Amino acid sequence: MADITIGVVVFPGSNCDHDTMHAVASFEGVKPVMLWHGSHDLQGAKAIILPGGFSYGDYLRAGSIARFSPIMQEVVDAAGKGLPVLGICNGFQVLLESGLLEGALSRNRDKKFLCRDTFIRPVNCNTMFTALYGEDEVLSIPIAHGEGNYFAPPEVIESLEEHDQVVFRYTDREGQISDEANPNGSVGNIAGIMNRRGNVLGLMPHPERASEKLLGSEDGRRLFASLFRQL
Amino acid sequence: MAYTAKIKVTLRQSILDVQGKAVEHALLNLGYGSVGSARIGKYIEVSINEDDALAAERICNEICLKLLSNPVMENYSFELEKA
Repeated sequence: MADITIGVVVFPGSNCDHDTMHAVASFEGVKPVMLWHGSHDLQGAKAIILPGGFSYGDYLRAGSIARFSPIMQEVVDAAGKGLPVLGICNGFQVLLESGLLEGALSRNRDKKFLCRDTFIRPVNCNTMFTALYGEDEVLSIPIAHGEGNYFAPPEVIESLEEHDQVVFRYTDREGQISDEANPNGSVGNIAGIMNRRGNVLGLMPHPERASEKLLGSEDGRRLFASLFRQL
Repeated sequence: MAYTAKIKVTLRQSILDVQGKAVEHALLNLGYGSVGSARIGKYIEVSINEDDALAAERICNEICLKLLSNPVMENYSFELEKA
């Protein structure tokens, strides 16, 4: 059987595209391809990953200009038809700006760019991105962002909670969701959400940076594995 | 005829403005005890080649909603001037 194509979008300013390609390539049965932002061709990809970085220099707002790039028009269309889309960090910001996910990300509460390991819990494992995790598990996955403070109006948060669209929350080492364990001020310690349909996930932590022992953690691998086994 | 749109984009009051907070503290540290708060926003100038002020205003509203501001967390306002 031919390998399944996974598209990794490359915007000018993406800087986790190669890391993501590397992580994806380590799985059997899938073949990552880079999708240039100026193209309209998804190259037959069965899932799309928007990687981290600083697309278009993060000018104006993170992700605000990337959402209008030619490839994103195709991604938005395809997501509407059910194609799985995963946005990591800047990719999450692009998904919010493009309206595929609800809410916004503003400056971190304590003003700093944070680049460190965090603990998160997959609070909904009934998704195509988290099926191989358990809800009591505590994962160690790094963050690297200046604007990861998730915000949405109360009625949106209520609706996200009601429909189990919150997928990851920041916790402490023991898995407790507390304000001390919240690195950036996100409402409800939210680290990742999905759309109602369940085919679009955005998260601030970087699973591709926690996908091999050498990097200190393999906790991110099962996110990719969960996704790939459904394709 | 062209117009210049002078656009201000500001964070909504309910959104914590960490840059504004830092500036506010700096001003207080400089001894300006009467300073209450500081909020930081963006100022954007866009020239619009339209003869009709209403058309220019419509375009300005559109670009503010579509790209220049994020309505989830920001407000915008603008003034149109004849260039």
